[in-house]
Amino acid sequence: MNSPFKSLSLAMAKGFFREKTTLFFTFVFPLMFLVVFGLLFSDSGTDRIKLGSVGDGPVVAALRETGAVEVERYDTLDAGLAEVRDGDLPGLVEVTGDRVVLHFAASDQARAGTVRGLVQGVTQELNVAASGQPPKFAFAATQVEDSSLKAIQYLTPGILSWGIAISAVFGAALPLVSWRRKQVLRKLRLAPVSTTTVLGSRLLVTITVAIVQAVLFVAVASLPVFGLALSGTWWLSIPVFLLGILAFFSIGMLVGAFCKTEEAASGAANILVLPMSFLSGSFFPIENAPGWLQAVSNILPLRHMNDGMTDFLVRGKGFEALLVPCAVLLGFTLVVSFIASKVFTWEDN
Amino acid sequence: MAAIVVEDIRKSYGDLTAVDGVSFTVAEGEFFGILGPNGAGKTTTLEIVEGLRRPDGGSVRLLGENPFPRNVKLLPRVGVQLQASAFFEKLSAREQLETFAALYGVGPARAREVLDLVGLADKAETREDRLSGGQRQRLSIACALVHDPDVVFLDEPTAALDPQARRNLWDVLRAIQARGKTIVYTTHYLDEAEVLCDRVAIMDSGRVLALDTPAALVRGLDAPVRVVLERGALAAATAAGLPGADEVTEDDQSLTISTRTPAPLLSALAERGTLDGLQVRTATLEDVFLHQTGREYRA
Repeated sequence: MNSPFKSLSLAMAKGFFREKTTLFFTFVFPLMFLVVFGLLFSDSGTDRIKLGSVGDGPVVAALRETGAVEVERYDTLDAGLAEVRDGDLPGLVEVTGDRVVLHFAASDQARAGTVRGLVQGVTQELNVAASGQPPKFAFAATQVEDSSLKAIQYLTPGILSWGIAISAVFGAALPLVSWRRKQVLRKLRLAPVSTTTVLGSRLLVTITVAIVQAVLFVAVASLPVFGLALSGTWWLSIPVFLLGILAFFSIGMLVGAFCKTEEAASGAANILVLPMSFLSGSFFPIENAPGWLQAVSNILPLRHMNDGMTDFLVRGKGFEALLVPCAVLLGFTLVVSFIASKVFTWEDN
Repeated sequence: MAAIVVEDIRKSYGDLTAVDGVSFTVAEGEFFGILGPNGAGKTTTLEIVEGLRRPDGGSVRLLGENPFPRNVKLLPRVGVQLQASAFFEKLSAREQLETFAALYGVGPARAREVLDLVGLADKAETREDRLSGGQRQRLSIACALVHDPDVVFLDEPTAALDPQARRNLWDVLRAIQARGKTIVYTTHYLDEAEVLCDRVAIMDSGRVLALDTPAALVRGLDAPVRVVLERGALAAATAAGLPGADEVTEDDQSLTISTRTPAPLLSALAERGTLDGLQVRTATLEDVFLHQTGREYRA
């Protein structure tokens, strides 16, 4: 004989895995985001800057040798300048004898700076060489693995957190609304089962779904095309993962307590989670956003889930990094589920 | 012992008085019907007795207990059939029943048994959303019976069913009563209640208008028997002159003779050889409703 908890969990799991639309939105849809963003950003940083040149000489040859720029020749100054004006070229080097002039586009300060530094550096180096003197200051460059991540490294924890958040919210809100409307809630209230059993079994199904999501997601991101590399402390993300589910499950309960129809619930869930995912840096890093936006971002549970997942899945942080995300997510869960329990009604009227 | 004792219950929603002083008693093993048009207060009455709503006034004893607030001791002894949509998503008929059975600590063997009882054994593996209306209705009744309750509440189980499905369901309901269950059910089909129920309460506007066995209610009307003939079988003037004929009316289809002494009238008709297509109509619960409210019964 099955216990009420086991048989309710089984009934809900069957209901979930037999619904093809839900399966698509839970498992395939977030992966589509990963694939699209992963491929979109996979070449970023490897793009070489283009530079135009008019005339020839040792400076242009040295620029070619750096490998940092792709030098394109123009026959006349006007033709090259036109390209710069159109925004197709960040800079144009004009060489007349020993005189080197760099024309650069004013709109793109960052690239103009790079181009300017490069051309200047090459020219100075040639000057030193031409003077026949040994350089007084030696310069050497070595590569350091920096903490700013390859695209796939921040995309995976971000999109995964978003995918889990949205499925936890929907997984809590939609059954609640549809069961109230279809009187399944009344049926449960008329049976000798406790609210804890009903909620617990729903939560178990949501967690199971999230585990499947996470495994599938990390597996796809680890394919050579995307090249995700998990850090050694990835397992510390498990508490963040579980508390994140709880936080969004409680948001779903609140949505389900307020909304009377499935349409309203699914609209409300999207309005809550989608802007939150942008503000929390699920798809794009939030570091470049203005300060006030980052402040807003810091009160969102998804931001802390994102950060926590990123810290352990890819940044390899230690135990001490658990405190903030776990505390925020737990606090969020307690407050929101308390409100939800106050707003909740068994019946529509 | 009485299974249900309801005393003077009242319930209002804002300005609307849904139940306005309803009292009745249902004996153990009785098939009790609550009848009336939509909006009569049947469902609210039922919900108060089931313990789903608190009455504004009055009292309810269900199997000797107060059903409100949620009385966990009472729940396993009571079965409530809800709308035909109160199912878990995407589960087969058998899985639905096994899930509900488990909620009451009942094993899966019972699910099979109830499926047989409601005649859905061959649909056990069919998903709920692929059943017909009548089959879903029977499944929802099966869900109310799966834990073998003593009292069964059915809210309009035959609504929106075709005549064939309705009659199939009658057999199911009779089979449940034969197992000694107390059945309380609401319907707006008066003809059906007349056939099924031991006793009926006729409700309108939140009040009980009449409460008795269907036969006693009809008898109490002292209504004339109506003999209906095909139009043209007999001239109206001739009909009026027959022994026992009180009143004769004629419409496009038929000629109706009202009588309080049907025996001499029928033998007179037999002598004339005009029995072809003849119908004898006695009063029904619809006439009781008309008599009580002064208006035609409209479901």
